[in-house]
Amino acid sequence: MFWNLPFIAVVALSLIGLATVVTKKNLIKIFLGINIFEAAVNLFLISLGYRDGGIAPIFTSAPSTEMVMATPQALTLTSIVIGVATSALLLSFAVIIWKKYGTIDTDQIRRLRE
Amino acid sequence: MNGFLVTHAPALLIMLPLIGAFAAPFIGKVSPKVRSAWVILIMTLTTLTALLLASDVFMYGTRIYVFGAAAPDLAVPLDSGGIPIRIIFTVDAMSALMQVIGAVCGFAVLLYSLSADRIHSGLESFYTLFLLMIAGIMGMVSTGDLFNFFVFLEILSIASAGLIAYRIDGGLAVEAALKYFVLSTIGAMVILIAIGIYYGEYNALNIALIASRMQFTLLDQIALVLIITALAMKCGSVPMHFWTPDAYSMAPSSVTAMLVVASQASLYGLFRVVFTLYNVTLNAMTVGWIIIILGVLSMVVGVTMAIPQKNVKRLMAYHAISQTGYMLLGVGVGLAVLGNQPLMDSFGYIAMEGGIFHIINHAMYKGLLFLTAGAIFFRIGTYNLNKMGGLGHSMKYTMIFFIIGALAIAGIPPFNGFASKLMIYESVFAFNPVLAIIAMVVSILTLASFVKVFHSIFMGPKLPGYETVQEAPVPMLIGMGVLATIVIAFGLFPQAVVDGLIAPAAHALADQSGYIAAVLGGA
Repeated sequence: MFWNLPFIAVVALSLIGLATVVTKKNLIKIFLGINIFEAAVNLFLISLGYRDGGIAPIFTSAPSTEMVMATPQALTLTSIVIGVATSALLLSFAVIIWKKYGTIDTDQIRRLRE
Repeated sequence: MNGFLVTHAPALLIMLPLIGAFAAPFIGKVSPKVRSAWVILIMTLTTLTALLLASDVFMYGTRIYVFGAAAPDLAVPLDSGGIPIRIIFTVDAMSALMQVIGAVCGFAVLLYSLSADRIHSGLESFYTLFLLMIAGIMGMVSTGDLFNFFVFLEILSIASAGLIAYRIDGGLAVEAALKYFVLSTIGAMVILIAIGIYYGEYNALNIALIASRMQFTLLDQIALVLIITALAMKCGSVPMHFWTPDAYSMAPSSVTAMLVVASQASLYGLFRVVFTLYNVTLNAMTVGWIIIILGVLSMVVGVTMAIPQKNVKRLMAYHAISQTGYMLLGVGVGLAVLGNQPLMDSFGYIAMEGGIFHIINHAMYKGLLFLTAGAIFFRIGTYNLNKMGGLGHSMKYTMIFFIIGALAIAGIPPFNGFASKLMIYESVFAFNPVLAIIAMVVSILTLASFVKVFHSIFMGPKLPGYETVQEAPVPMLIGMGVLATIVIAFGLFPQAVVDGLIAPAAHALADQSGYIAAVLGGA
């Protein structure tokens, strides 16, 4: 049970994130929801990297050659970087929407439909 | 020299557009002409590399490229205990075909864009993003590593979103881009969860290695559902299609043509996962039927939504959804009978070939149609069908290209859409006649819709206000001409194309053990 805690947190965080995206009307809050979902995915990846009794893959100070693969850490790092780029682009969209429409309420951002 | 080029071609296909993309703003400082020459040079080199690699792959079989290894084809390091740990590019016939589609379309669209998008400001970033899209597409279709697939998918999404929002257009384009980007970010995260599940189960990210260990446990089923949902959304299939008309209609036309190719790359990802990663371990009938139903829904909903549209690009975007349905239908039928060799031989392969042939045809004629819409917008400044009319008098070549594209999409001989649709009808009829009838009805509706569009744009007397309208500029015509030539050539010699390109691709897609053997050795 205890070892499943990170995965329970992953499920909880992704549900919170998705619920925020679906229910909130404010663009910034929607972006925060996406960020929470991203955090959940990152937590999922990093929890997969945990191996009971494994040691960090640092060759110089390792007591034995039995080391944990560093792949999930590398994945998480890449995913975080992509997440930053995503957030930056989304926020810049919000800036333009605010300038052009004068609102960031999704109910008002519906000019395409007309 | 030639051998060296072919060996490193998979890496070059990513490297060239990336270098071109990030050098373009600096080179643009010299003068816009030099920048145009630079992006043309980069795109020509990329296209030549793709063609060279494809000719090699179609002749000698799958090529792999291992980044950072002692030798480019050393997939499994000698001291790793039989596990490929490095990022691998696996280029089989299917990947090579997709690369050629991406490169040729990219080249034609770029020629068009150099003249069509000249009126905009901020072009240095436009071509940076354009080449990043090419790099993303090339990476998605050649990679043999799941996480790498995710990275290229994100590169493609970010570049596409930037380009959709490019014209801002009083915020409308940004609104469309926002919708697209929120959805594709969530989709990409969902794919990443699936990748995490695979890693947790099989301690691998390499597609071939996961495929060879695939158990189809409950977790794998969850991962499959997540990946199919996300990629079906990315390729604009109903019921997750609502971003497509907005994004396609608000993007500059050159970008819309590339977005079509980008959605085909997502479609490729879907097929790669289903056929290579799972293949016969999954319940082929059930998953095949899910894909068939997605396809039929896309066909019917797409075409019925298209008919009442007033904006010509929105209309074409709904038709794009409808055509994606044909590809899903064809390949879905192939999947439904996967593992049943007699049925596979009698119609399964033909259905897959039809679906894959339709991918390449669709990229060509749909790209062409969006480019003609862009040419019309370039001259008269509106997409509204009610405000158009009588343009056939002044834009003769554009009209001819529009007719070629419209007849191809409706599946009229001798254009390429007919060739692939006929293959889909025949094989799907053998599988389930009702599906074939739906496909034909959708085709007729498509024709009806395009006859209407053709009439309201080109026919009738010259409208007041459009007396001075001229033909589109020559570079735009050349770009459209390249695509139109391919449309006609594929329509006149479908058998040669099917035997030479499509059949190897379909067999490569269905042949999971060949893919695994190419990476892991043995078999």
